[in-house]
Amino acid sequence: MEKLAADVAIIGGGIVGASAALALRRMGFSVTLLERDFCGSRSSGVNYGGVRRQGRPLSQLPLAQRAHGIWGRLQELIGIDGEYIRSGHLKVARSQAELASLEVYRERSAGFGMGLEMLDAKALRARHPWLGERAIGGSLCPQDGHANPRLVSPAFARAAARLGAQVRERTRVDAMAHDGEQFVLRAASGLELRSRFLLNCAGAWASTVAQSFGEAVPMVSSHPVMAVTEPLPMFMDLSLGVEGGGIYARQAPRGNCVIGGSRGYAIDADRARPSRDAIGLVLERTVELLPALGHAHIIRSWSGTEGYLPDHEPVVGFSTTTPGLIHGFGFAGAGFQIGPAVGEVLAELVRDGASATPISAFSIARFARQDPQSGARRQDPVDALADPIAFHVPSPANST
Amino acid sequence: MSAALQPVVIGAGPAGIRAAQTLLRYGLRPVVVDEAPLFGGQIYRQPPAHFQRSKATLYGFDTARARDVHAAMRAMLSDIDYRGQTLVWNAEGGKLDLLHQEQTSTLAYSHLIVATGATDRVLPFAGWTTPGVFTLGGAQVALKYQGCAIGSRVAFLGTGPLLYLTAWQYAKAGAQVAAVLDTATFGQQLAALPALMADPELLARGLYLVAWLRAHGVALHRGVRPLQVLGESRVRALRWSQAGTEHELDCDAVGFGYGLQSETQLPDILGCRFGFNALQRAWLPECDAAGRTSVAGVYLAGDGAAILGADAAEWAGERAALALLADTGRALGPQARGATLERQLARKQRFRAGLERAFPFPAQWAAQAPDDLLVCRCEEVSAGELRRTSRENGATELNRLKALTRVGMGRCQGRVCAAAAGEILAHCSAQPVQAVGRLRGQPPIKPIPFRLTHALASQEAP
Amino acid sequence: MKATQRDAIFLRLAETQRERVAFTLDGQALEALVGDTVLTAVLTQGARLRVTEFSGSGRAGFCLMGACQDCWMCTESGQRLRACSTFITAGLRLLSRPGAKP
Repeated sequence: MEKLAADVAIIGGGIVGASAALALRRMGFSVTLLERDFCGSRSSGVNYGGVRRQGRPLSQLPLAQRAHGIWGRLQELIGIDGEYIRSGHLKVARSQAELASLEVYRERSAGFGMGLEMLDAKALRARHPWLGERAIGGSLCPQDGHANPRLVSPAFARAAARLGAQVRERTRVDAMAHDGEQFVLRAASGLELRSRFLLNCAGAWASTVAQSFGEAVPMVSSHPVMAVTEPLPMFMDLSLGVEGGGIYARQAPRGNCVIGGSRGYAIDADRARPSRDAIGLVLERTVELLPALGHAHIIRSWSGTEGYLPDHEPVVGFSTTTPGLIHGFGFAGAGFQIGPAVGEVLAELVRDGASATPISAFSIARFARQDPQSGARRQDPVDALADPIAFHVPSPANST
Repeated sequence: MSAALQPVVIGAGPAGIRAAQTLLRYGLRPVVVDEAPLFGGQIYRQPPAHFQRSKATLYGFDTARARDVHAAMRAMLSDIDYRGQTLVWNAEGGKLDLLHQEQTSTLAYSHLIVATGATDRVLPFAGWTTPGVFTLGGAQVALKYQGCAIGSRVAFLGTGPLLYLTAWQYAKAGAQVAAVLDTATFGQQLAALPALMADPELLARGLYLVAWLRAHGVALHRGVRPLQVLGESRVRALRWSQAGTEHELDCDAVGFGYGLQSETQLPDILGCRFGFNALQRAWLPECDAAGRTSVAGVYLAGDGAAILGADAAEWAGERAALALLADTGRALGPQARGATLERQLARKQRFRAGLERAFPFPAQWAAQAPDDLLVCRCEEVSAGELRRTSRENGATELNRLKALTRVGMGRCQGRVCAAAAGEILAHCSAQPVQAVGRLRGQPPIKPIPFRLTHALASQEAP
Repeated sequence: MKATQRDAIFLRLAETQRERVAFTLDGQALEALVGDTVLTAVLTQGARLRVTEFSGSGRAGFCLMGACQDCWMCTESGQRLRACSTFITAGLRLLSRPGAKP
């Protein structure tokens, strides 16, 4: 048996866990990160690649703004540009009601400095003639953008390793407990890790970790579907979303258009696949919104596994049961942009016991409360109109 | 899945045709789906309408077999549901997704016989993406299907029986064959002779091809190492070496390949368990001697399961159909036929092992591949990038390498480059090639257009 | 013996008694024969089907059996087709790259 010890143990090498490891190393803590596959190979590596603040619930905007600053220093932090572009993120409206909804969000989020700009139909046609006629207006966040998650997420882990984090891939944690003094983790590979702090960054599988420490959360898995085209001449000069749901689309610098939308299904506990219905929906909706893709082809589709809590807000913060256990998971398909900020916050929680960035809305305690609404979707009036990406926890009748 | 038996055969080459024929013989009405406009597969590919060459000209030694296979299919057409020019691009929940003339539809099945055949296995060498370089299979298609030679002076290189067969076909058709360059050595071929005796007829044919080529003045060289295709915008020469001596061969086209590799994307999507087959040096869906896979109701037959050639494909197609029939409780009378077919297939396996000795996979290829060699032709990723990325990232697994370098992310989704990429990764990470894994498959298995009209789910012919 | 200096890659050896089909490539008027695939139609006249999106290198297909996907071409109307598995039709206006105009 290999015995390791560190100040901080991290379960999960996605963008959250890896950026936490990086931040902790910069603070001088010893860190061992255990990842059961390859770092950044799950949701963090296969998501759409949107790096956006617009559309998030207001509660997430402080984190998102902090992350925006980190993304601006990406090359310096992780050594690569990760194809990150501040292309702008445009949320289009297909109806007056959707336009009104975008306007409300713009007003409500005004204090956060995103610089949202409303565009009417005329402006859309003038600036982005490639948009289909169904788009009657939109809200533009000029400094939001997109990146390549396959490159960015693993790079955070590599950067942490370069700074001295012990990163163990293909190392699945089989047993975890607190022995009264320390956390003791045992991995299938015959490794034992002891630490003062444990960060639960296990993504869609983090509820298992939480449960091990008596903090069950009602997290469900869902599987957003992505499709990619052959490389095409550049025509999309920003990342596109649709108010109220539908597809989201961007064009990578090499010319491939990445399009997401709808839902796939789990093949097993770890893997997901796009369903034919999802692929069909993506094809149909794309042509509607992006007529320029009318003659293009999809060369591949894929899915992944994302963790959703009923209110579509993550769990970030201290455990209510176990001192030294800190959670950072459940990003409801929207963890890529804020991941790096969450990582820094987790590191601050280790070092200071608190973070300057407000995270109380994300406390795991909200699931422990004997609250008639606990487990149910929260209807916070402030957020009611600011649906992050219009992913709904799938129910049989929901075919979005 | 309905309780009624609805077998679907995917692929109308020799394996698929014999499978369908066998099912029909026992009273089933299979659907046969094939991507090509005409049935026959690759080796028995039929030319388009209005082409005039005789079957003998097209198929040479295989004329009788081709005739039989085509006739068998023709005789069945009114009794089966034949969907030509139809791509199966996905499978989910007991249904296939079909694409036919920009229209997509689903097809429910109770049982599948997957007979998707094979393509050439390719190991890149410098300049292999230059216009005028094709696979050996491609060179055959040009001749058989279009009446064209791939050039006016063609060099053939690589290894495998197809190398000599294609060169012979070209020379017989009146094309100028610049040379036949085999990476295998004479010593290796000699040593393989005992094993090749498992099929004396095929061995004799092979020896005849070599003798014929020699007798007609075609230069034959063994123990060859391909170096580079010369020519900026098109092939103008080929550099190669033998025993340390370099040669330059004047030519305007190159056909090359190193045997065949099975098309396994559908078994992957169907959830079949894969294993690494050391003889074929490839990940293949596991199946028993009758073609049953790890998924109940899914059977494999022909070169899509493992490369054994066209005769074996016919037997495997019939064998898989018999297994399907037995598994569904159809009374089959004497069981001898299945056992006979399996014996024949086992014999082919022995011959196949002999072929592998006579035409071995060039195990030194990865070590000798220069850094600036393009491995992925879709995404233009070089061997050097693969090695550098593997080293800098500690990437030791093929899907990981793909995520970081884009190898296998292009239109062909790794069909052409996966074998080579795996070899490069294995070599630079000091692992056996099976340890690097295989690329994950996802739908669509080939590009599908955005503009699709959706036909209603139907089992009737459109 | 040196290779004949030719513009075209493919050499017709047989089946030349077929009806002619007129088409264009990058605006240039060309002729093929009924039953030719688009790939054959173009390569019996020239030495390239398309250029790659990344290096701009010329490509002329590879496997001829719909596997390698290296022979996708565009038409002037924006349609995309796989040259080895599409038959040439009269009046087809092909492009060797998207947006390439005569």
